[in-house]
Amino acid sequence: MHNFEFVKPSSIADAVAALAAEGAQPLSGGQTLLPTMKQRLAAPEVLVSLTGIPEMQGVCTGDGGLHIGGATPHAVVAREAASHYPALAALAGGIGDPAVRNRGTIGGSVANNDPAACYPAAVLASGVTVVTSTRKIAADDYFQGMFTTALEEGEFITSVIFRIPQAAAYVKFNQPASRFALTAVFVAKFADGVRVAVTGASNNGVFRWEEAEDALTADFSAGAIAGLTASAEDMISDLHGSAAYRANLVKVLTGRAVTAAR
Amino acid sequence: MPKDTGIGASTKRREDVRFLTGRGVYTDDLSLFGQAHAVMVRSTVAHGRIVSIDTSAVESMPGVLAVFTGEDFKDVGGNPAGWLINSRDGTPMREPKRPVLAHGKVRHVGDAYAAVIAESYAQAKDAAQVLSDATEIEELPAIVDMKAAAADASNRVHDEIPDNICFDWGWIEDNRAAVDAAMKAAPHVVTLELTNNRLVPNAMEPRASIGEYFPGTGDYKLTTTSQNPHLTRLLICAFVMGIPENKLQVVAPDVGGGFGSKIYHYGEEALVLAAAKRLGRPVRWTAERTESFLSDAHGRDHVTKIELGCTKEGDILAIRTETYANVGAYLSNFSTATPTFLHGTLMAGPYKVPHVYVNVKTVFTNTAPVDAYRGAGRPEATYSIERVVDKMCRELGLDPFEVRRRNLLTPDQFPYTTPVGLVYDTGNYQATLDKAVDLADVAGFEARRAESAKRGKLRGMGLSTWIEACGIAPSHLVGVLGARVGLYDAATVRVNATGTISVMTGAHSHGQGHETVFPQIVAEKLGIPASSVEIVHGDTAKIPFGMGSYGSRSLAVAGSAMDRAIDKIIAKGKKIAAHMLEAAEGDITFADGKFSVAGTDKAKTFGEIAFSAYVPHNYPLETLEPGLEETAFYDPANFTYPAGAYICEVEVDEGTGKVDVVAFTCADDFGNVMNPMIVEGQVHGGVGQGIGQAVLESTSYDENGQLLTGSYMDYAMPRADDVPFYTVDHSCSTPCTHNPLGVKGCGEAGAIGSPPAVVNAVIDALQRGGHSHVTHIDMPVSPNRVWQAMNA
Ligand SMILES: Cc1cc2nc3c(=O)[nH]c(=O)nc-3n(C[C@H](O)[C@H](O)[C@H](O)COP(=O)(O)OP(=O)(O)OC[C@H]3O[C@@H](n4cnc5c(N)ncnc54)[C@H](O)[C@@H]3O)c2cc1C
Repeated sequence: MHNFEFVKPSSIADAVAALAAEGAQPLSGGQTLLPTMKQRLAAPEVLVSLTGIPEMQGVCTGDGGLHIGGATPHAVVAREAASHYPALAALAGGIGDPAVRNRGTIGGSVANNDPAACYPAAVLASGVTVVTSTRKIAADDYFQGMFTTALEEGEFITSVIFRIPQAAAYVKFNQPASRFALTAVFVAKFADGVRVAVTGASNNGVFRWEEAEDALTADFSAGAIAGLTASAEDMISDLHGSAAYRANLVKVLTGRAVTAAR
Repeated sequence: MPKDTGIGASTKRREDVRFLTGRGVYTDDLSLFGQAHAVMVRSTVAHGRIVSIDTSAVESMPGVLAVFTGEDFKDVGGNPAGWLINSRDGTPMREPKRPVLAHGKVRHVGDAYAAVIAESYAQAKDAAQVLSDATEIEELPAIVDMKAAAADASNRVHDEIPDNICFDWGWIEDNRAAVDAAMKAAPHVVTLELTNNRLVPNAMEPRASIGEYFPGTGDYKLTTTSQNPHLTRLLICAFVMGIPENKLQVVAPDVGGGFGSKIYHYGEEALVLAAAKRLGRPVRWTAERTESFLSDAHGRDHVTKIELGCTKEGDILAIRTETYANVGAYLSNFSTATPTFLHGTLMAGPYKVPHVYVNVKTVFTNTAPVDAYRGAGRPEATYSIERVVDKMCRELGLDPFEVRRRNLLTPDQFPYTTPVGLVYDTGNYQATLDKAVDLADVAGFEARRAESAKRGKLRGMGLSTWIEACGIAPSHLVGVLGARVGLYDAATVRVNATGTISVMTGAHSHGQGHETVFPQIVAEKLGIPASSVEIVHGDTAKIPFGMGSYGSRSLAVAGSAMDRAIDKIIAKGKKIAAHMLEAAEGDITFADGKFSVAGTDKAKTFGEIAFSAYVPHNYPLETLEPGLEETAFYDPANFTYPAGAYICEVEVDEGTGKVDVVAFTCADDFGNVMNPMIVEGQVHGGVGQGIGQAVLESTSYDENGQLLTGSYMDYAMPRADDVPFYTVDHSCSTPCTHNPLGVKGCGEAGAIGSPPAVVNAVIDALQRGGHSHVTHIDMPVSPNRVWQAMNA
């Protein structure tokens, strides 16, 4: 790890100011950023911690659905979202291990947009609004491919607002080593239709499987997608799974998520 | 009633108190006054010629104290292979020099070619990066695939070795023609090609070393993560650095797991000693996890074709194998023994097979060195045999349990001389098989399968009947087999004046529990509380010359040495007692901690005798030396041969290909058992590692020799929820016939016997589930592979 400055502002405005400094980068739970720095793959000059800002902490219901502060750890979401949005709470409770869940945060995860991360699937499937230090971004406009998002330099996520579906489930198939998603599917059924978001599978990051959404909107049952095949084109192929294998998982896990949805 | 003390008691591990409360003292925990930090500069390419290393780029960087390159060690020796193997044609193996730091060429990603020593770790790390950037390496094509390496004479890992072959070994070469003939005549021949996957050892504690030099006396001290401090000292002194053995003290303090990877001497140990001498300061080095992945000796990595000739009824007539064994870029210390004498000699398994021939071609590649890893050669042999026997059963439509019973050696056949050079002293393989069948409730399998099917899972059952040779030892035998060392062990039992005991043992405990078990034996034999006994190990300045721990040898060899030393203590005690009790020595008996005159109530306690030995006021000084301390060296007559039967049940998810090991039953024969709880723990650990190999662990290099599985993001270790609750039993015991404790060793069994049971179960599940075209899947049986196989 290289040397760096560390600041911990207590308001969003102070964080915005701190992030304007040359070489500054937000630090939330540090579960992604710190290992990268230890391996000397990243060397920010200033780390601006977002964990000391009260407005960015916690889970509450409000306008548009469930508001989760950007610096809320996974463990808190697992606990406090359980009665409002069980599928989301279960997702948060299945990330990493207790240490990761108590440090890692929703904002860090959504900002990082790892192609195998869990939260992006929930965000995309729930039709979330991503609230940042400068604006509101719809989920469909937010994710722009692996590790790429609509966030601009110096902009950071202050909260995420989830629409609460009638029924939903997240089914994750673990990559055997990292236990990130080898492929995982979030299915959410809303009054105005079903959304199916897939993570871990595509070279373009999290995506919606629209064919399945149409079929499930018409008939919300595992059988409704029996005749579909997810295309293996553009799927990730690596040590842990070929593109064809991942395409198969997309379909199998979508079916299982529909069955599990509540 | 289970015993609560002494031999056979499940005494809780006393060392765990310090391990579990964070009070263990590992090499990296030591902090020495004036210490400097070493960081290794490692090759980022798999194969290349070192053109230049511009050390001036770092020499004036902040804190930098010294820079070492291969040039600094070009005049000292290389780190040798411990076993000399001859090829089939009688030519000796090719043993390239393994230098302290790579010189001239780098041969694998992670091959250290320089080291930077600085005041702080961060400064050394900064300088190492700069030095890496200031090094020019002309990249050469990487040699990764073994068969291609052996076929390509133009591209060489070592310039002087044309076909990248270390040796081409036949066992037993004289039997080859007879085996070929038997195979030809066999009514049925089963052929299987398989890979025994390369594994990264992943000890929890990474390797670490601290070198010290004392200019006043010219003494060196090395504190290091070693399974065998005396062997490390011998290698450094006699082969690499030329330091007189009496001038180097090697200490292995608490060591956090080894699994084989810490048997060997590594270049970093020589480097910190040389650096300490040059700087006149202690120099320390601790591997980062990435360095462990890249530079610890890996395990396994065989590609084997095995053929089995049999009758239509399933009698095994002949076994023939051809194996390519990867040794990586250099010969690590046991690397030539592992694929040969720890593998080929086991190829008859527990069966009466008249004809067996083994061929092993050992190949250099641009990958990390490969050496013994928990089980070492025996898992590879067991996997090949048990997979091909399983395939035979499927091809002939025979019941795998019946076929085992037909072929297993029977108790009346011991001692049994195998066609591959071993003499099994004792065993009862039917008993362990029956026990496993019973404990695993094989009869209830169909009902469980139906229940799994209701949940949409394919259930299968797999069997493995295995044998191993361990307690590695007999010096005369290993000498014939090419070992450059003896494999006895030693113990000194020092009775202190107040009656407590210090045992200095040549065995090294790095998780095994010696500090608990050895005192149990002493306590039982001397009739004193185990808490009065202390085990001293891991320091060449304190212990007799022992060979350390590996090959499930600690109890069978070092434990036997201790047993012999205790016998000498008792014998001397009798002499002292005879004098004090004014009786004839022949009339003295020793039991329950008391020396008594037979047939009388005259007696002296062990403590009284000990006291008298050190305060010899009433003592036969004319005929007996004072003091009560005895040393014994023990060199066994044979290997020990633990054996057993393992039954695994798996569920396969047809949609995802995921394999869940849902039940695992072990019936083992370890001979006499000193501490059942520790034995069970060893089996649990071994089976866990076996399940890891079978289901999860894969070491993958790309065609450029880059390690793709160089971190836990991609290298899958087994975790608690990957393994079931095991059923383990060791009641079917046939004590070893040739060591005084009657013990056989249990450290590796689980890792040896389990992988084929898992894979056999997976094939069984798929076959029963209608995927009858799937006859083999290479390990690890990952979800991706199983799904591909089902859908091929
Ligand atoms: C062992 C382990 C297992 C894991 N398993 C999983 C898993 O199964 N599933 C899964 O989804 N994830 C997993 N993770 C990742 C974990 O969820 C991380 O917490 C998450 O990816 C990043 O969140 P963080 O708060 O730690 O972010 P940090 O590491 O602090 O930051 C990550 C990146 O986001 C930026 N950033 C942080 N917060 C914000 C913000 N509010 N706005 C804008 N940018 C920001 C940082 O500058 C940095 O670039 C695992 C991590 C570990 C170490």
